[in-house]
Amino acid sequence: MHISVDFAKLRMTTPADYISRFVFGGLVTVAATLIANRFGPVVGGLFLAFPGILPPGLTLTEKHVVEKKARSGGSGTRFGRAEASVEAAGASTGALGLIAFGLAVWKSMPVYPLVSSLLIALSAWLIVSFAFWWVRKRL
Amino acid sequence: MGSAILMDLVFRFLIGGSVVSLFSLWGDVLKPKSLGGVFAGAPTVALATIVLTANKSGANYVAIEGRSMMGGALAFFAYACVVSFILMRFRPSTLKCASLAIPVWGIVAFAAWAIWLR
Repeated sequence: MHISVDFAKLRMTTPADYISRFVFGGLVTVAATLIANRFGPVVGGLFLAFPGILPPGLTLTEKHVVEKKARSGGSGTRFGRAEASVEAAGASTGALGLIAFGLAVWKSMPVYPLVSSLLIALSAWLIVSFAFWWVRKRL
Repeated sequence: MGSAILMDLVFRFLIGGSVVSLFSLWGDVLKPKSLGGVFAGAPTVALATIVLTANKSGANYVAIEGRSMMGGALAFFAYACVVSFILMRFRPSTLKCASLAIPVWGIVAFAAWAIWLR
């Protein structure tokens, strides 16, 4: 299994794509805050794991593949959708990490200082999501 | 809406947008694509809000949010699995599929709230 970083991919993303991600991310964050303010932390907490930015992210993946294939004269629609499917599968392992993140926040916040608690939670997300990703790749 | 609340929301908007953009960049450049996808399930909104919420409402408030977040994350997992399966099996438009499947998140999150969190 080969893991690599391809910075050339960044050139495929247009300024409009970057702006739309920023705006979507900001709006989802504000919406989660307003819901928590209105309905309290029990309901508000649910929305900390709302997949609001996944649809535009997956759409961008499909768009990139379609554009790449179009440059070589082909239609990449079906392949682009398959790529988006693979990305969504990856997101599902990230979501399992989110459960660990929530658990770590729940248990550590009343006990440890804020920064330590956040570091524990972020580590929990990283370890659990990548462990599940690795296991899934092996199956 | 008071100016302090408005400033708080503007601040959260800017932090949320920045955190989401940062994690999205990592998702873009990492290969294979499934590994990049893991970053689509990153705790972006939580990271953007927890510090401000902890300062405003206290650690116990954030702890309660963390407990509920587990329910939301379970719903996220179900949603991502459904989207992945439908896209691979039927290859519909990604935007339509991912948008129309959002109620899956709502149903599972509501069930988690009704059964466990309430």
